[in-house]
Amino acid sequence: MSINAKIVTDLVTNNVSFVTTVPCKQLAGVIDGIEQCEQIFHIPSNKEDEGMGLCAGAYMGGKRAAIIMQNTAIGVTINTLATLIQYYHIPLPMLISYRGEIGEPVACQVEMAVHTKALLAQLNIPTYHFHQADDIAEFDGILKYCFMSKKPVAILTDASFWKGA
Amino acid sequence: MIRSEVLKSLIPVITDQLVVCNIGLPSQELHQLDDQPSNFYMLGTMGLASSIGLGLALAQPQPVIAIDGDGSILTNFGTLPTIANNVADNFILLIIDNGSYGSTGDQPTYAGGKTSLSAVASACGCERVIECQAEQAAATLQAALDANEMTVIVCKCESGNITVPVIEMDPVVIRDRFMNEVRTRNS
Repeated sequence: MSINAKIVTDLVTNNVSFVTTVPCKQLAGVIDGIEQCEQIFHIPSNKEDEGMGLCAGAYMGGKRAAIIMQNTAIGVTINTLATLIQYYHIPLPMLISYRGEIGEPVACQVEMAVHTKALLAQLNIPTYHFHQADDIAEFDGILKYCFMSKKPVAILTDASFWKGA
Repeated sequence: MIRSEVLKSLIPVITDQLVVCNIGLPSQELHQLDDQPSNFYMLGTMGLASSIGLGLALAQPQPVIAIDGDGSILTNFGTLPTIANNVADNFILLIIDNGSYGSTGDQPTYAGGKTSLSAVASACGCERVIECQAEQAAATLQAALDANEMTVIVCKCESGNITVPVIEMDPVVIRDRFMNEVRTRNS
């Protein structure tokens, strides 16, 4: 099973039925998989904080929700993570493309990459870094952990991980 | 009429509905006027009432009213294309447009200047957009509920505030009792 297919399968297995996305080149395949999946309502967002609002609403409506976005979005969403997602104890898996790591062709991406883990740590957000293709095996457990703990959880997926996809 | 008077006039219409209310004074005023489990108060995160409301409306079939402000819509303009392109006929976005950032001291917004939020909503693809004056807010909202069609209402009113206490309720309590209410209504 491809990494993209495994991600979609794990989301469905964990009853995640509402997914919002803001695109990244590395995430194109999984976003396409989400769009094709009949068990998941896919709603693209214009900005990641908007997407987190949609997910919070869907969660209160009884659906498990997730967001797929790039790590640059951490800079956009800190207030939303602190005052909505964490403050109201809303579970939110965040599947994040970790741009600016080894293999990155665009220098500017490195500027947010060097802050990404520090910002997530400052927010006390449980953070997982997928570097090898095999790391995807943990995704199912991370989703269960996220909904058990009612916290936002970050899964950083770098270029090496996607290269092995 | 100022926003608090508009909210007071809306109570008979919204008291039995699921309401997602904007941060700051609007939530504090609604809390003082008619606190109940079917109200979700935003205590932070300016701009996301419409997004939370749309997510809720898409996730379950009960009617949802998001009470937002012109300043908050301007903060999260991207919400209007998302609303337009993901039609939920159980969703009403009520923008109380007093042309000012009320909670922060009535600084003017661009919606009180050249920018028409109803024109923006229409340009974004929202199909049922109604602009009304404050005195017509309750009747317009009731008509939107009766229409069972996704509606954006831009209610123009005067700028100004009353003194209301902050909401001291725990956010998890607000969220939990709201979710229980949503669950009960859908069971």
